[in-house]
Order: sequence, then structure tokens, then C-alpha cells
Amino acid sequence: MDEVSILGVATLSKKFGGVTAVQDVSVDVPRGGILSIIGPNGAGKTSLLNMISGFYKPDTGRVVLEGRDITQKKPSDIAALGIGRTFQNIALFSGLTVLDNLMLGRHVRMKSGVLSSVIYWGMAQKEDIAHREAIEEIIEFLKLQDLRKQPTSALAYGLRKRVELGRALASEPKVLLLDEPMGGMNQDEKEDMARYVLDVNQERGVTVVLIEHDMGVVMDISDRVVVLDRGRCIATGTPDEMQRHPKVIEAYLGTSKSGGRV
Amino acid sequence: MSLVDSPKTDTLPKLVARNAAADPGGAGMREKTRGVWQTYTWADYQDHVRDFAHGMASMGFKRGDKLSVVGDNRPQLYFAQVSAQALGGVSVPVYQDSIASELVYVLNHAETSVIVAEDQEQVDKALSLKDQLPRLRSIVFDDPRGMWAYDDPILCSFESVMEAGRAFGKANPDFYAKEVAKGAAGDTAMIAYTSGTTGAPKGAMLSHRNMIATAEAFVEVNEIKPGDDWLSYLPMAWVGDAAFSLGMALVAKATANCPENPETVQRDLRELGPDAVLAPPRIWENMLTTMQVKTDDASPLKRRTFEHFRALAERCELKRSDGNALSIVERLGLAVGQILVYGPVRDQLGLRNARWCYTGGAPLGPDTYRFFRSFGINLKQIYGATEATAMIACQADAEANPNTVGRPIPRVEVKIDDRGEVMLKGPNVFKGYFKQEEVTRDTVTPDGWLKTGDAGFFDKQGHLVIIDRAKDVGKLTDGSAFAPQFIENKLKFSPFIREAVAFGDQRPFVAAMIAIDMQTVGTWAEKRGIAYTSFMDLSRKGEVATLIGEEIAKANATLPDMQQAKRYLLLNKELEADDAEMTRTRKVRRKFVAEKYANVIDAFYGGENSAEVTVEITFEDGRKSTMTSIIAIHDLVSAPPVRRAA
Repeated sequence: MDEVSILGVATLSKKFGGVTAVQDVSVDVPRGGILSIIGPNGAGKTSLLNMISGFYKPDTGRVVLEGRDITQKKPSDIAALGIGRTFQNIALFSGLTVLDNLMLGRHVRMKSGVLSSVIYWGMAQKEDIAHREAIEEIIEFLKLQDLRKQPTSALAYGLRKRVELGRALASEPKVLLLDEPMGGMNQDEKEDMARYVLDVNQERGVTVVLIEHDMGVVMDISDRVVVLDRGRCIATGTPDEMQRHPKVIEAYLGTSKSGGRV
Repeated sequence: MSLVDSPKTDTLPKLVARNAAADPGGAGMREKTRGVWQTYTWADYQDHVRDFAHGMASMGFKRGDKLSVVGDNRPQLYFAQVSAQALGGVSVPVYQDSIASELVYVLNHAETSVIVAEDQEQVDKALSLKDQLPRLRSIVFDDPRGMWAYDDPILCSFESVMEAGRAFGKANPDFYAKEVAKGAAGDTAMIAYTSGTTGAPKGAMLSHRNMIATAEAFVEVNEIKPGDDWLSYLPMAWVGDAAFSLGMALVAKATANCPENPETVQRDLRELGPDAVLAPPRIWENMLTTMQVKTDDASPLKRRTFEHFRALAERCELKRSDGNALSIVERLGLAVGQILVYGPVRDQLGLRNARWCYTGGAPLGPDTYRFFRSFGINLKQIYGATEATAMIACQADAEANPNTVGRPIPRVEVKIDDRGEVMLKGPNVFKGYFKQEEVTRDTVTPDGWLKTGDAGFFDKQGHLVIIDRAKDVGKLTDGSAFAPQFIENKLKFSPFIREAVAFGDQRPFVAAMIAIDMQTVGTWAEKRGIAYTSFMDLSRKGEVATLIGEEIAKANATLPDMQQAKRYLLLNKELEADDAEMTRTRKVRRKFVAEKYANVIDAFYGGENSAEVTVEITFEDGRKSTMTSIIAIHDLVSAPPVRRAA
């Protein structure tokens, strides 16, 4: 792994019984960029993210964050080290308000113990205010001002996706893993979300790893694209290169001209 | 003595300085950000205005230059306007929801050299017009969010201008005071573009005298105490907002509060509990409708309680307005209602602390009006015009009445000319239209009377009653007078009707085009299990046509026979400002609509049962598409006999 990479995976493999989900995948994620992972259904994209964030333990290979091997760490530790993520199927606490969901995302950054938090005195109070401020910044950033006190179950789908992004941001990640943040959205919502992803990347300096099916969005906002097919990485490069790459066209975009969605 | 008579207090920037000197720690303005109300004291107000003025001066802003603000209500946008005025410039607020072509016209006509934009969205709009605006020198943005990707040299942040201003101020310590001292009451403070129901927008020039003297007159009728709060949520480009959030706030040392964003207005209103509220009828009607919908969804006990006390309150209000005393039982009932219903409702609406509320711009339905009054909300009517600094007449506390607009404000003289048009003279009359002397001569008589273009009369108590736009008043073929707005307002009092356009001038009878209210009609349809997909689909349902027919019949019952609508149709889309069918302040552009729907009108009077309509729809980004469809025309069977006490 070189200097410009923030996150690297090397020869990562994972089998579920007889099914090989990911095989010998190596990816370097450049610091400060947006890297997209594309590939047909079942290519192993989500499995790869799950291994990076510690939800799955890989059979072989390593995950390295800023020069540190995090392969065997627990998901909560990985989150604390600076990897945030959102899920393909929204995973919010539906009974809690937007604000509470965001505060929960902040949990890995909270230091006060149970006792001092209960007494709400001294450091604990100061810390709470600082956390609340950080959350307010995110609320403003994602334009959620009118939804603070709304339970997330009452929100529209697109808004819940936005709240989930907010919750991931609340942990102040260095790397953000987004699993289909635009899935199921209409064109307007997609454009908004693409805008937020770009702003997260540029304004907050967060490195983004994105799984997305909408080729238009991927080609527009990514710096680099990784193409997976049946668990293997078949190509890596700039969006332009990927659009012309014969293997990619064959595996993902379809062989016939009319099948292309570019 | 009026403030404008003293050279120390005769302009808005001088009033800021006065307030900062008299009460530096008092709240000059508030803004809700990050969920908390943040206060700018009068001293902060003065500092911001001065620093921004310095910054603009360092960028070459000179006396007579124009500065436009575009965006939702933000303290920085108000500060920027006063800064421009401090340098002898003119502020030109523009509507933030205007489409690009409208903006180009106004910005070019006003000769704007600096645009202060709220955020990225407005910056994008301004940048896209840059090439069409030869005079534009800089675009200042307030909210830096998302601005990392922009490197156009014309852009700079509000903060960077302030920074430059602080450096400029150090080098030129006397500059600001000298510039402000050069200002006089007669200088143009702002150009307010009327959204114009006919033709292109016109720029009404309002002087500092207009702004200050009008505010003083208003304060004589309505108590405003220093530190009183109100919510600045109406469009900044509307003269009414400038009159309140700048004129009145500076004169009376009251506090303008900017909501967090347009979606949070209702909640912010409740949190703030303002001392005074100004809202157009649409908002009062919305409040009532929302409450109605909530009541319908509440548990039966709550619903019955609400309905019982609502009926009691309205009965008592009617009795009181007829001058009858209430019985002991009624008084007791009201006291209980106060605890159970009226107080909590006022609190929910954010009107608990409001000493007075005004509605203006268009008539408010008597039922809506009575509802709010009966719940203990001091709702009154105000009448104004852009050319009269937003205020001509208003009701005092004891004179509330849904049918009039009250007496002229102090020092304003109102007369009705022989054609029935309302005319006025006073310190609120504007300086004229910017670069349109001919139109100005048509509007203001040589001896200083402003023609409002409204037809009206004085009732027995000396209260002004407004009927319609004078030029819209026509005649039916049998010779009886036809006042379209009068009829439309009766129709719009129905909660199911959002907009109505009545036709009848030079025609044998009155016919009406109706745009249904999606929210109320939608709820009504759901209750009856009528499935629908869109506005267009809903408007085509036979049941909906029958419902609206009944509503029109109710309105007809309150109208003389010849004024009753005989035929009607339901539009398949809402009337939209983006389609130029309405002005930005939501007034129907009658002539334009008549041309656009010419074949509908022909079908009305040709006796046909349907009409083909092709309409052009303009999307928010200016793209257009057309839509052709057949709309059914319905006949009203016959109006029920007039037997209700209206």
C-alpha cells in the first residue's frame, strides 16, 4: 500500500459454504477520493464492504486502514478507528427520532462514563454539548432541520436514506462506506444524494467508497471505479477507462449494444 | 414630531445607529440556526451593517448603486440592504422563487450591481444569468455550504466582504458616519417590484420617509413595544415584509425573527410565540384546514369536545358582534373552553402571545375569520399596496369586522373618485416607478393622489370596504354590474376550492373555472373510498364535480341572482405563478388566464359540455412542456332558494 492510500484490502477472500462470495480481491482506496464498486448482482460488493467494516471475518487476506491491520477487529472498534457506513436496507431505529438516531451514530466518539453522564456534570456536560453541536452541523449539512423530532418510521424512504447518511457522518469517519445510497430513489432524490456525497467528500474531506447501480451517477462522481464479477475484481480504473474496458462491457453492461446503460 | 423631521433619524441606517446607541444589548434580530434562536443585539446589527457597508465601499459600491438580495429571510440579507442604504444606495429585494427570465428582467431594469444570495441554489441561478446582466459586478453568498466547487471571480462570501470591511474601517474611521449623514428622508431606500397582474413588473421607489412615516402611523393604531417579537417569514421581496421587518422593527425597536427554513415556519412560530403576526388569508385558511384535518383524525372524545366548544365560541362571537350580552351559562362554558380548547389551540398555532394579528392582500372568508376571533385571537384586516408602502388602512382593536378593511391610518387621506376608485394621499405614497415616468403619471395625479386601482366605498361607520380591482369590474349583457373578484372570493370561502376565476363581462351569465384544493378534496375522497392518483385524476372524478357543484350552490345562495355562477368546470392543474397564471403573491392574472383558456370560455357560452384545453407547463428550471386534455363542463341545476341569514 502506498502513501496516497487511506484504506487497502489485499487478497481478500470469503466463502459461505460452497459459495465463493469474494475471491482474492485487492483494492487500494486513494485518500480523499470517491471510489465506486460496481458489478452485477451477487458480484460480492456488499460482502466486500462487510469485510472492511468488520461484519464478516475474511477467510484470507488483510484489511489495512492508514497502515494499521484491522482485519480481526470488532465492528465497533473499526467504527471508532474511522470507518463509517450505511446499509443497503436502511438500518435506523424506527421508534427513535432523527436526532436520537444521529446521536446514536455519535456513540463511538463519546467518552464519558455512565456515572458522570447520569449526574450530567463537569466533563460529561461539556462533552454532551460538543456532541450536540456536531450533530447540529450534520442536521444543517443535510437539511434535516424540520425533522429533528420526527420518529424515523414516519419519514419517506429518501429522507430515511439521508438520515442514515447523517448517522454514518456522526461518527466522524475518515472513510465512509455507502451501500447503494441511491437505491430505490427517484431522479430528484438521486441528484440530491449525489450532491450530498460530493459535499461530504469535498467539504468534510471524507474518503468515500460507494456501491451503486446507477451508472450515470457512478460515472459522474467517481474518481476511480472497481468492477467486481462473481467475486473477482476484473478491472480498476477511471470511469472513462471502465466504460471502454471490454471485460467490463461484457461482464456488467452486457455484450450487445442495446444492453448498455451508460 | 416625526422621526423623519430630525436629520439624526430620517433614514433606516440612522435608526439602526440610534437603536444601537440607546439599547446596545437589546435584541435587534434573531435567527434560528442549529435549532437554537441566535440573537443579534442592536450593537451587532450596527456592526454588521457598518462592516458590510465598508466592505462594499472597498469593492467600489457608490451612492445610487443598487443591491439585490435573493433568498429566504436571513439577518445577513436584511443587514446587506441597510448597508447599501447607508452608502446612499438602493436595495432591490427579489423573489427567491422567481424563474430565471423574471429575474433577468427585474435585475436588469433595476440596474443591480451587487447580488447578495442566500445559498448555493440562489448563486447557481445568479451565475446562470451572469452573461445577461452587464451591470453585475459581484455576487455575495451568505451560506458557504456547497460553494467549494465554485471559482468564478465574481463570487465572494458575506464573511469575506465583512473582513475586507473591517480592514477598510481601520483605514477610514470616519467614512461610515459621514456616508450615513449624507442620507436624507427623501432618498430612495428600496425599489419594490410589483409582481404585476398585468404586463411586466414595475419598480416602485420607496423613500426612507415612506418607510419610516408609514411605520409611525401604524404604531399609533397598534401597540408595539420595544423588544416585541414577530416572525419574518414572508418573502423579503414583498413590500409588506420590508415594511415590518425593516421599517417597523427599526422605528419601534421591535425584533424580527428569521425562521430556520421554510419548512420549519409553523414550529418556529409556536416556539417563538410572537407578539404580533401578519399573514395572508391563505395561511389563515391553511391553519384552519390543517386543524380540521387533525380534528377529523382525533379520537371521538377529543373531536366532540373540540366541536362542542367551537360551536359555542362561534355562537357567542356572533351574539357579541350583534351587541347582545352573553348568558351566565355561556360565560361559564367559555371559561371551561378556555382551559380545554381555546388556550391549547392558540398555543399549538403559536398565537398564544399575539396581541394582534393581521390578514391582508385578499379577503378572508367570514367563517375563517369568525373562527379565529371566537378562539380569542385578535385577528383584524389590513389593506395596502406596494405603491403605498404596504399600508393604507387597518382595523383598530375595537373595529374588527370581516367585511371592511378599517379606517385609513393616521395622516393618510382616502377618497373615492366618481368612478368608485379608491385614491389616497399621505406620507406613504411612493416616489414613482423607477424609469417609468409615464406609468407614474397615470398612477399619481398632479396634485399627489395615488390611484390604487381598487374599487371601494366607505360604510356608515367610515370604514373602507374594498370590492374588486376597478378595471376588472364589468357588466353582464343585461347591464348589471359584474365584479369577478367579489364572486371568486365567495367561491374560495369553500375549503374545497383553492382558486376560482369568474367570467361574465359582456356575457349573458357568470361562469367559473375552479381549481380544487388537493388537500381537503383528497381527504374527502379518501374518506369515501374514491381512489385517485394525481391532481388531474382527482379533478376528473364525477363525485368531486358534484361536491364542488354543491359548494358553488352554497356560495350562490349568498349572491344576487345575476351574480350566481351558472356553469363551471374543474381545472386539471393548479393555477401556478410559474405558468404566469398568477403573480408571485398569488393573485390571478385575469387577462392572461382568459387568453390561455379562450376556448374554455367559448365552450362555456357556446353551451358545450366539454372543452379541449392545451396548456403549457413551465417547470421550476424554466423547461416547458404542453399538455392537452378534455375538460368536462358542468351546469348548476338551480341555486337553492335564498333563505339563510348571511
